[in-house]
Amino acid sequence: GASFGTGMERVIVAMQDPDMGMKMRNQRLLITVIPHAMTGNDVIEWLIQKYNITEEEARHLGGLLVQYGYIYPLREPRSLLLRSDDSPYRFQTPYFWTSSRWPATELDYAIYLAKKNIRKQGELVDYEKENYSILHKRINHTWDFVVMQAREQLRASKQRRKADRIVLECQEQAYWLINKPCVNMPLYYHYTTLGRNRVKSSICLESFMKYSEQYLHHDPIMSGCLPSNPWISDDTSHWTINTDMVGIPTRLRVERWSFSFMELLNDSMGRREFMIYLEKEFSAENLCFWVACEDLRHGESSKIILKVEEVYKNFLAPGAARWVNIDSKTMERTLEGIKRPHRFIMDDAQMHIYFLMKKYSYPRYLKSELYKNMLAKAIVPQETKKSVFPFMRRQRHSSPSPAMVTQATEDDGKAKGAGPTGTSSTTNSQI
Amino acid sequence: MCDQTFLAITFGPCDSCSENRPLMNLYIKTEPINYCSLCMEIMACQGLASGETLKSLKAESETLRKKLEEERKKLHDVELEKVAEKAEALGELNMKTRRTLKGHGNKVLCMDWCKDKRRIVSSSQEHAVTMPTTWVMACAYAPSGCAIACGGLDNKCSVYPLSLDKDENLAAKKKSVAMHTNYLSGCTFTNSDMQILTSSGDGTSALWDVESGQLLQSFHGHSADVLTLDLAPSETGNTFVSGGSDKKANVWDLRSGQNVQSFDTHDSDINCVKYYPSGDAFASASDDSTCRLFDLRADREVSIYSKDSIMFGAASVDFSLSGRLLFAGYNDYTINVWDVLKGTRVAILFGHENRVSSLRVSPDGTAFCSGSWDNTLRVRQEGRGVGRELKQGGTTLYG
Repeated sequence: GASFGTGMERVIVAMQDPDMGMKMRNQRLLITVIPHAMTGNDVIEWLIQKYNITEEEARHLGGLLVQYGYIYPLREPRSLLLRSDDSPYRFQTPYFWTSSRWPATELDYAIYLAKKNIRKQGELVDYEKENYSILHKRINHTWDFVVMQAREQLRASKQRRKADRIVLECQEQAYWLINKPCVNMPLYYHYTTLGRNRVKSSICLESFMKYSEQYLHHDPIMSGCLPSNPWISDDTSHWTINTDMVGIPTRLRVERWSFSFMELLNDSMGRREFMIYLEKEFSAENLCFWVACEDLRHGESSKIILKVEEVYKNFLAPGAARWVNIDSKTMERTLEGIKRPHRFIMDDAQMHIYFLMKKYSYPRYLKSELYKNMLAKAIVPQETKKSVFPFMRRQRHSSPSPAMVTQATEDDGKAKGAGPTGTSSTTNSQI
Repeated sequence: MCDQTFLAITFGPCDSCSENRPLMNLYIKTEPINYCSLCMEIMACQGLASGETLKSLKAESETLRKKLEEERKKLHDVELEKVAEKAEALGELNMKTRRTLKGHGNKVLCMDWCKDKRRIVSSSQEHAVTMPTTWVMACAYAPSGCAIACGGLDNKCSVYPLSLDKDENLAAKKKSVAMHTNYLSGCTFTNSDMQILTSSGDGTSALWDVESGQLLQSFHGHSADVLTLDLAPSETGNTFVSGGSDKKANVWDLRSGQNVQSFDTHDSDINCVKYYPSGDAFASASDDSTCRLFDLRADREVSIYSKDSIMFGAASVDFSLSGRLLFAGYNDYTINVWDVLKGTRVAILFGHENRVSSLRVSPDGTAFCSGSWDNTLRVRQEGRGVGRELKQGGTTLYG
């Protein structure tokens, strides 16, 4: 709210007071010397002194100042954190204060993107490119003005010293990180939605019917589950016979792999079986590539560069050990993109390989002996008859936390098989 | 303000309107002058094409909107109820409470299942030592089962690694990941423990890197609080849906941050959104006391689940494994079970003594759990057996 903003503004103004404010000095950023900057430590120390608060509170308050854009980091501008070390920070110009009653306008954003685009072709990242073209359509009537301002601002900045240029660039970048304007405007949105391919209701609704029918016997609430529902009978067999690493899977589980390619890949056992099949067909590199791309997409940001290098070395480089066959256009785009790696850089290639497997390898797998044998030897557990005495209940045990994944999970789960019915008096029914 | 710091006059009288405002350099014939933001806009708009005004732009928007509605109608050749006539009717559903979890000292606000199908994490409005604030409104289990994420009125989403040592102070290992400028309404891990997707009262959703706390992508488009979100179970795993106080449900592309589809047929806040298991549709629960089904390929609402006798808002929904049943928790303390295809209600479940705030089916579909403002969680399952209520201490509770 407004009061919150002015509260922080009061702090910021106090921090810049010529007498009692922060002592700013030159800070080094790589080889450039940035004037009028301070370190994260400086900020925290000053807050502690001025407001007589603890370090924890000072860190919290300082963190808010960065989050709300009143102070921005010179190093790692995308990480809006206040680090309690010698990381350099600067004050944001009041024009860019978040509390300003004039929110980030599309005009400002357009000028910013135009500058970036003019300064270096290809410097705009994906979402920025899309925003740029949306804005171009939306505020087309101002475009001459936008481009003119962008050019003039760039010209003026060329005449500045390097340190000042860096400061101004960081200043802007920080602002636009915090204040991404909503570029989803009705006009452009409607134009794109008009052009979208829509499917007839009859086709869509039929698919719901088919899906529900197909999964009916797999839905425990609709059809029960074998040998019994653990929540009712307190017998956890149903869970034990369906673990990831069980020796022989249940029939329902193997059947489900034939419902869709996604079902097969989502089941770790299904994926394992599919890999065995692909190895026989000498196309296992496709699945390995897909797995590596998933790992890249969903993994830690810090490992992205390393992983991209690995993927390139193993799957894309000429003569790679597990070279994947992608169409030349996608390959070209991917190799170009690798020069500036990010987590989505393999998306196009990954999707190409995914649909390749889905269209060719997957249907063949379902017709293969490997799959048919799996289906044949899969178990169908017998339904456990209800206890004669409904009030005799089994002891319940807490299951071990997944946080304790050990060899133990690989030892158990040996097929309980279509064993005898009736009350098994196993009270040690835990994994 | 120190001029040297900012290399220009930053605050003062605007050269155009003379008001004291934050200023920016404006270039007219290469000479910089100082304009405020408002005057900048006016300068820029002087380039409006002749005849074009803000009014005419708005009219164009309206015409397009109408055209869109017509296009959508053309493809709507049949209603779901008609298609569902040939589906088998459902027998009587007899769901009983199998476990009642009474570990919370206050309202249960949110819950999530672990992928191991038996553990649950739940959060509540609690004076807990571990959290700096009382209302924990969102919680989620990590796919590995080794961590949980939660947050609420502290505007943050924090990740806590789970420990085997019951005495260990979880708060000590807490990691603040997401930071919003208003309360956290929802959170979920994406396909790994490394990324979290959050929704917030500040009107945005965001994708975060857990390790560094870095913001990877933010999603702007709701004009009010975002109350709920759900990740799509699609092959390419690239989209999610969010619902808000602006009565809209928006579908987003994770990679680009773009709003790719929007549905605005609800009459009030959307409290919960959940994808249909195939990923081709999603259901919503709203304060307008209805739940609805939206088809993504037909790009429209295809079913409304409502009854005159249901007058209170719906807070939470989830599908059974096959997508045939929709469980919905309401503010009148009940849970209604709907036949998704036929649109009829197949059961009404009682048992909670206050609002049902959250509801989720277990990952393998063997049961569903509901959390309530009556401080309990109930795990329910079909069956003609005698339902037993127990004080179960074996599940993980967090609050």
